[in-house]
Amino acid sequence: MAVTPGTGEYTRARSTATAGSGKNLLDVKALKMHFPLTQGIIFQRQVGAVRAVDGIDFFVEKGETLGLVGESGCGKSTTGRAILQLYKPTAGTVNFDGTELTTLGGEQMRKMRRRMQMIFQDPYASLNPRMTVGNIIGEPLEVHNLARGGEKTQRVQELLRVVGLNPYFTNRYPHEFSGGQRQRIGIARALAVEPEFIVCDEPISALDVSIQAQVINLLEELQDRFKLTYLFIAHDLSVVRHISDRVAVMYLGKIVELADRVDLYERPLHPYSQALLSAVPIPDPAVESKRKRIILTGDVPSPVNPPSGCRFHTRCWKAQQICSEVDPEFIEHEPRHWAACHFPGA
Amino acid sequence: MAQQLLEVKDLKTQFFTRDGVVRAVDGVSFELEAGETLGLVGESGCGKSVTALSLMRLIPQPPGRIVQGSIIFDGQDVLKMDDDEVRGIRGNNIAMIFQDPMTSLNPVLTISRQISEALELHLKMDKSEARKRTVELLDLVGIPGAKKRLDGYPHQFSGGMRQRVMIAMALSCNPKLILADEPTTALDVTIQAQILDLLKNLAREFRTAFILITHDLGVVAGMTQRIHVMYGGKIVEKADTTELFANPKMPYTWGLLRSIPRLDEKRKGKLLPIEGLPPDLIAPPPGCRFEPRCQYRRDVCKEKEPELRHIPNAKPDHEARCWGTQEGGWLVDTDWHREIGDTRVIEEIKQEVAQVTLEGTAPGAGTPPPPPSPVN
Repeated sequence: MAVTPGTGEYTRARSTATAGSGKNLLDVKALKMHFPLTQGIIFQRQVGAVRAVDGIDFFVEKGETLGLVGESGCGKSTTGRAILQLYKPTAGTVNFDGTELTTLGGEQMRKMRRRMQMIFQDPYASLNPRMTVGNIIGEPLEVHNLARGGEKTQRVQELLRVVGLNPYFTNRYPHEFSGGQRQRIGIARALAVEPEFIVCDEPISALDVSIQAQVINLLEELQDRFKLTYLFIAHDLSVVRHISDRVAVMYLGKIVELADRVDLYERPLHPYSQALLSAVPIPDPAVESKRKRIILTGDVPSPVNPPSGCRFHTRCWKAQQICSEVDPEFIEHEPRHWAACHFPGA
Repeated sequence: MAQQLLEVKDLKTQFFTRDGVVRAVDGVSFELEAGETLGLVGESGCGKSVTALSLMRLIPQPPGRIVQGSIIFDGQDVLKMDDDEVRGIRGNNIAMIFQDPMTSLNPVLTISRQISEALELHLKMDKSEARKRTVELLDLVGIPGAKKRLDGYPHQFSGGMRQRVMIAMALSCNPKLILADEPTTALDVTIQAQILDLLKNLAREFRTAFILITHDLGVVAGMTQRIHVMYGGKIVEKADTTELFANPKMPYTWGLLRSIPRLDEKRKGKLLPIEGLPPDLIAPPPGCRFEPRCQYRRDVCKEKEPELRHIPNAKPDHEARCWGTQEGGWLVDTDWHREIGDTRVIEEIKQEVAQVTLEGTAPGAGTPPPPPSPVN
């Protein structure tokens, strides 16, 4: 009964659902990312680990957008970075279009990165303030030997046009742009190498409400135009619902529920997903006054010492004896709808 | 009409920078009754936080200065007070909850020290009394094991707990007015729900007036009685909460409402963003400040700035700063729901047509697509 988490149990269940489709661009299995906690100044010994990501399985199909939601500290950004091998995962496999990334060497990985890019959260911190926009966008072109000289300039101008900026901005510096424009520069940089897969790590949370919609629309347009696949990491559930085809909910280093968008938002199985959805305020007083909120008590526990059994049991209103003892399996309860809960459903 | 707790008239706060004068708050007027909750909504840089700081006289000077206006709080003009008098009001009668509980608590003082400071200063309590009251306050805001955690430092508390400490601090002297500046923006949704729930209950229980400043229309929808929408340093629309959401009039408010996807609505094909950027407050547009981004603009909008006026055929206290919504304007009878509905219907029709065309052209290339109606 008690299955060790992330042992590929999930993959077996999945293969019946998408048998032989072979269209998965990314396959993540039993991925773990632990950060060691050390003590001592000269001789550092490990006294524990932050288990930021603790055994997750999922796949991303070609051309789709997988939304990854959860509260801060649940490991969603770490997941994104571990996939791109910006961190060396502690355990597990990351398979990108048939290539296993975790065992690749530096040079091979660099070649792979041409196909996978990232858009960062903070448009103020992710652009080098001393580089011109032309250099920022042009750098990946040079690194990957895609274009040089006049051709590069031309390509950069084209990219600026694609993301809706004036192509003659190439000699300006990041500080001359607003937050939304900077995020567009970040997007242009990611697009420069013509990737297939982009990890969008909270690309709009630092932006103003009226600007957010502009960037979301741009991301959607680009997806259609260049046939991109997105892993869209965000904490805003309404935005994730808008942009994603499927959604995964993370809690304390684990995926607790994964389903098609409509299923997840209309029939969430895991109590944590239910609580998250009910917590989102809706801009309509008539709706707001009638809604019943599930208010979770307490805070997210520390990932250094996650609770035994189901990690959510300390805050769950449905929790029973078994929840604190046995870690629930990640099971396909309905077709393409997985959840890790002993008592799933309403 | 009940006694006004707060009356702000024609408030202008400006920052004198090397690049020019930034008119952060440019003629803001509003009133607040005792026990009322008011929402100030707008994007960053619209002057909502500066308005709150002006009420507390907390504008850093220089470069900032309140250049004009009056702030009558409980019968007295805050702007005419000397520093000692203002200090007597701050924390005592008007308290503030800041956005970032991480930076607004002093990291080297214990929680009890920070809360009891105000109690000792304003309510002249002695140390042991203040300590007892602090425990009560922490219990009130829902910090478990308040007695044990009293001598903890801010870093030992999580974000949500720190925000609760801030709220306890704001409540400590039973203020008549609490200014909550983006109190939940730095928090996660589940914690946000906890904090909003707490604020709502406290407002009801203590009959404290609240000004809730936020960019999130969802937050104010469930929390406030009236809402003022700000844009470019000015209030552009005033209404009570149900009216504002049922019948918004100013195109900027429409823009705000429809640019965010809603959790309870059918998913839209495309979001409708407000194009362009917020105005530069050093050299704002000469006419209506929203004119450069407004899709309903006419020539008059560019030439002259509109006043905040009552909207014909709307609730009596519903006002907007827009030429289109004034007597005889072109937006008076525009129903925003229909405006939005239209675009959605059009999109759907477009999709249907595309579908039909696709089906029609697939088998026999070259044949013209059949009319959309006789499908099935």
